[in-house]
Amino acid sequence: MTDTGKPVSIALANCAKTFADGTKALEPLDLAIHAGETVVFLGPSGCGKTTTLRIIAGLEEPDAGGKVLFDGVDVTHLPIEQRNVGMVFQSYALFPNMTVAGNVGYGLRIRKVPDAQVKARVSEMLAMMQITRLADRRIDQLSGGQRQRVALARAIAVRPRALLLDEPLTALDAKLRDTLRLDIDSLLRSLGITAIYVTHDQAEAMALGDRIVVMEHGRVAQIGKPREIYQQPATRFVADFIGTMNRLTGATDGGVFRCKAGIVPWSEAPATATEILFRPEDIRVAESGETANLQGKVASAFFLGDRTRLFVDVGEERPLVIESTARRDFQHGEAVGLAIDPRGLLVL
Amino acid sequence: MKRRGLFLLQLGFTLFVCAFLIVPMILSIMAGLTVNYFVGIESGLTVRWVMEVWNGYRDTIFLSIGLSLACLAATLVLGIPAAYVLAKRQTALTRAIEELLVMPVAVPGLATALALIVTYGTLSGFRTSWAFILVGHVLFTLPFMVRSVLAVLMAIDLKTLEEGAASLGAGFWERFRDIVLPNCRQGILAGSLMVVTLSMGEFNMTWLLHTPFTKTLPVGLADAYASLRLEIGSAYTLVFFVMIMPLLLAMQAFAKPRPAKFVAEETE
Repeated sequence: MTDTGKPVSIALANCAKTFADGTKALEPLDLAIHAGETVVFLGPSGCGKTTTLRIIAGLEEPDAGGKVLFDGVDVTHLPIEQRNVGMVFQSYALFPNMTVAGNVGYGLRIRKVPDAQVKARVSEMLAMMQITRLADRRIDQLSGGQRQRVALARAIAVRPRALLLDEPLTALDAKLRDTLRLDIDSLLRSLGITAIYVTHDQAEAMALGDRIVVMEHGRVAQIGKPREIYQQPATRFVADFIGTMNRLTGATDGGVFRCKAGIVPWSEAPATATEILFRPEDIRVAESGETANLQGKVASAFFLGDRTRLFVDVGEERPLVIESTARRDFQHGEAVGLAIDPRGLLVL
Repeated sequence: MKRRGLFLLQLGFTLFVCAFLIVPMILSIMAGLTVNYFVGIESGLTVRWVMEVWNGYRDTIFLSIGLSLACLAATLVLGIPAAYVLAKRQTALTRAIEELLVMPVAVPGLATALALIVTYGTLSGFRTSWAFILVGHVLFTLPFMVRSVLAVLMAIDLKTLEEGAASLGAGFWERFRDIVLPNCRQGILAGSLMVVTLSMGEFNMTWLLHTPFTKTLPVGLADAYASLRLEIGSAYTLVFFVMIMPLLLAMQAFAKPRPAKFVAEETE
């Protein structure tokens, strides 16, 4: 589709960050990002994900002892303007004093690329982002979605060695986020560029990341493929942050787990388990005639069209979340039997 | 009916206030163009007084123009970088400096002028040159330039804009030239007009700082009022108006805020 610079591998070694006021934003971090890979930093605000991105970008320097390597070359003290990385910001950071085409071509003009080549590259970028008709517009004449397309085109135009995206979709409304997420996904795949994407939105992380780095309080909580993070969360924090997690408290008793609402057969249950976790898709409302593991009462039911999201009270601190595709209404207070798929059970 | 009455009352009051301010101006201008003010307009209209002002005081006009332009140059060179640093580094120190910068506006011009004379009055070459007045004017107008530019810099997300430019390979000077300066153009323009207008009209300080050979337009004006006939003083006022009005109008035009626009998402 369009060429970029050769993608780099990026390595962080012992990168910590303490801000001038003494706040510890990042605990010492080691991380290897392969060339051409899309890595998503995911976590709540203040978890250190943006700080990590800014260290990679060259907008922040790590504390003494930390190192940033691009293809094995130490770039720790190289400022961002010499790192050749493309950056996309949550607030777009488009230059209001230039047109769309002016913004997209700026990086090339700084590099003293001849005018004709700048022009050609700019039209190529605008076409790729489907914004050719906006070329001569001023930035304040663009919608949020259009702005972020311009920002992407501008970042890619200079053929960066890596593309760094800092919550690029956060400022947009839900529907547009979905469209742009698809576009970014196909863009990253077609470019084959090393990309680092920061977000607090787990759906974005799951959709875009080859690997996800879940962060909490300046530390890495887990690194893995989206499926691993979802199905085998390493900590309770990861389990709760990604998707919905149901929990039952009780005790193991020879191949079963007993809780207030019933008995869950689980031959592999660890003897010491006092709490088991599972996803909404691993529990369903038992149909008549089927063996129910648990008994509960419907606390709330939300009809979502393709399914109904049920909150079922089973005498625990929090009701269980269950998604039912049954073609029927659920009444508040209705007694339901629940069947659990033991393959989805976890202990953390 | 009641609302209409209220409207008329408000309109009347507004017109009254306008008249209160404008009538003296018109009278003053007419006085400068009348052959004999005490006889009145029947004595006829003339540009004789304006010509006399031109012949007697044109040096003050040129000095004032030169002074205000030099003052503008100085405030641009000092004020824009100062505003940039103040915008970039929001610390207790920079905030204190921002407040201190306003001091020359708050302190009476006479006091500032006196302080300058006490400190530098003995440097005779400096004391008698127009540069001495320039120092006073720069002290007085610099806060207006800094504030004006700073307000614009604070309103745009300067940090992210610069980071965006840096990520595209722009070094400090390229960012300053391509991003910072163009995006605070509005503030620079507004500040410049303010500085020129204030410098042109400054009297308090200049009255103490000037020498017989470094008279500015407002000082000459006071001179004319005090020692010459009323018609010449009024003609002088007219000249002053002609010089200052375009500046004031331009200032108004630039001060208008651009309305924020909402652009709806287009469905593809």
